[in-house]
Amino acid sequence: MPSLSQESRRGLTLISPTLIYALVMLAAPLAMVVMFSFWSQNYLDLDKTFTLANYRETWTQPIFQVLMWRSLRISLVVTAATVILAFPIAYYLSFHVKSRKALWLFLITVPFWTSYLLRVFLWKVILGYNGVLNSSLMELGIIKAPLTFILYNANAVVLTLAHAWAPFAILPIFVALEKIDRALLEAAEDLGDGPFRRFWRITLPLAMPGVIASTLIVLIPTVGDYITPKLVGGTDGLMVANMIQIQFGKANNAPLGAALAVSSMLVVAAISLGIFLAGKKFGGKVK
Amino acid sequence: MRAIGRFLSARWLAVYAVAYMIFLYAPVILLPLFAFNDATIVAFPLAGFTTKWFGLLWTIEALHGAVRNSAIVAISTAVISTLLGACAARAAQSYRFPLKRGIVGFIMLPLVLPEIIVAVALLVMLVQLGLSLSLWTVIAGHVLICTPFSIAILSSAFAGLDDSLEEASFDLGESRWGTFRRVTLPLIMPGVVSSLLITFTISLDEFIIAFFLTGTDVTLPVYIWSQLRFPTKLPSVMALGTILLALSVCLLIVAEWFRRRAARRQGLESSSTRGLV
Repeated sequence: MPSLSQESRRGLTLISPTLIYALVMLAAPLAMVVMFSFWSQNYLDLDKTFTLANYRETWTQPIFQVLMWRSLRISLVVTAATVILAFPIAYYLSFHVKSRKALWLFLITVPFWTSYLLRVFLWKVILGYNGVLNSSLMELGIIKAPLTFILYNANAVVLTLAHAWAPFAILPIFVALEKIDRALLEAAEDLGDGPFRRFWRITLPLAMPGVIASTLIVLIPTVGDYITPKLVGGTDGLMVANMIQIQFGKANNAPLGAALAVSSMLVVAAISLGIFLAGKKFGGKVK
Repeated sequence: MRAIGRFLSARWLAVYAVAYMIFLYAPVILLPLFAFNDATIVAFPLAGFTTKWFGLLWTIEALHGAVRNSAIVAISTAVISTLLGACAARAAQSYRFPLKRGIVGFIMLPLVLPEIIVAVALLVMLVQLGLSLSLWTVIAGHVLICTPFSIAILSSAFAGLDDSLEEASFDLGESRWGTFRRVTLPLIMPGVVSSLLITFTISLDEFIIAFFLTGTDVTLPVYIWSQLRFPTKLPSVMALGTILLALSVCLLIVAEWFRRRAARRQGLESSSTRGLV
């Protein structure tokens, strides 16, 4: 390749093992899933004639529509809750903690390194009928009978996921806040902005890239979460990932599962793009 | 408006931060509590102190197999993904080449893809190719999701590298490989160790991909998943979880120590938070 400089060639050579690995293990399998979604399952054999039947089923069957909507609703609520709860922590770390930032960040990430499976399961222990929360509240005489609306439904899924993704929301916002030039804040104050105006006009827009990053980092994986709905969701809290697993497993209809996976990824990608563009419009510079 | 201004004041934020930490740690604290609790039922009130659940772990044959499998998977994943991560991080940090943003973005993609999509995609491909599921297929999946973490850690290690040291080595007649081995590698070593430990921990804990891609040899999380259905097995699962938690925290502290040493060695501020993200 004579048109490439020596530097370009070196860089491309160096990154090629990783790139080839990602192409073989990610791009190729994803392409195959897309291909699969246009085929159909004929008992034990795959019928490789092109068909849109799987997509028709995915988008019209009530059960799939319900699951899709629920997954989206749950992950949007989780994302909003996680990001809004995370912002003050990131703000506190960046603006008020002086010498122990690394320690705080470390403490925030520790719970994240416990087995995800066990963390979700422990929420079940906390929220259960005879669980930690119910027995403590009864002991204190605040409630007479155990609360039942806290486990095996969408609420439990939201709470558990908001807990599981907390560090992922805090870190990007923290990084964005750290990058803000403190002189800008002083300037705003000197020019007569109160704390609220200063926050609204300078801090928040400049923190926006971090807020958008954490929104997307939480939103995209939670739509496809499998463990949490399965363990604490009951039947009313099942999400699209559980259905995908069923199609690839017990139902033995991989093409339909593939169509479900592709459809949910497209929907999530569209929403993410919308959030990204909205964030770009609102933030990034001081108005 | 006033209220929000006050809300942003240091004291209220500190109170909020402490409350938030309690929320973060609530489930984690329960793990050792029930692991040492002398009752078969995982519920309050606590009955008494015992270490018998830990003793029970020694007698479970299937668990030992799962630990061995997980060790094989996690060590292989750590080594392979750190090697792949080092190549990509070096290329991204020190070279300019066409399509760089796109290529790096694509390699980092597994970071935001739902794991179930990665798992399903790999499963479809492996079945189509007629390959049987084994620990190797789990390793292949884990390397894919761990490499982005390795790149993130090693990028900051390479970014802190002073180019003039390598140039000096070239001027003194060292070859490219010699320079890498004798100058670059020792300087980024703490980053490499930190990447090995983090990827090891991620792989050790990963469930979905292992669940889809494992054959007859199950990894530790898949084993735990199978045990969660049996209420009588729960206390020993709690004991197992406590051991895993202690192990992860130790590994993380070591990783963090290495990362800071790297930062100091490269003359950066020791409290600097780069590389954590």
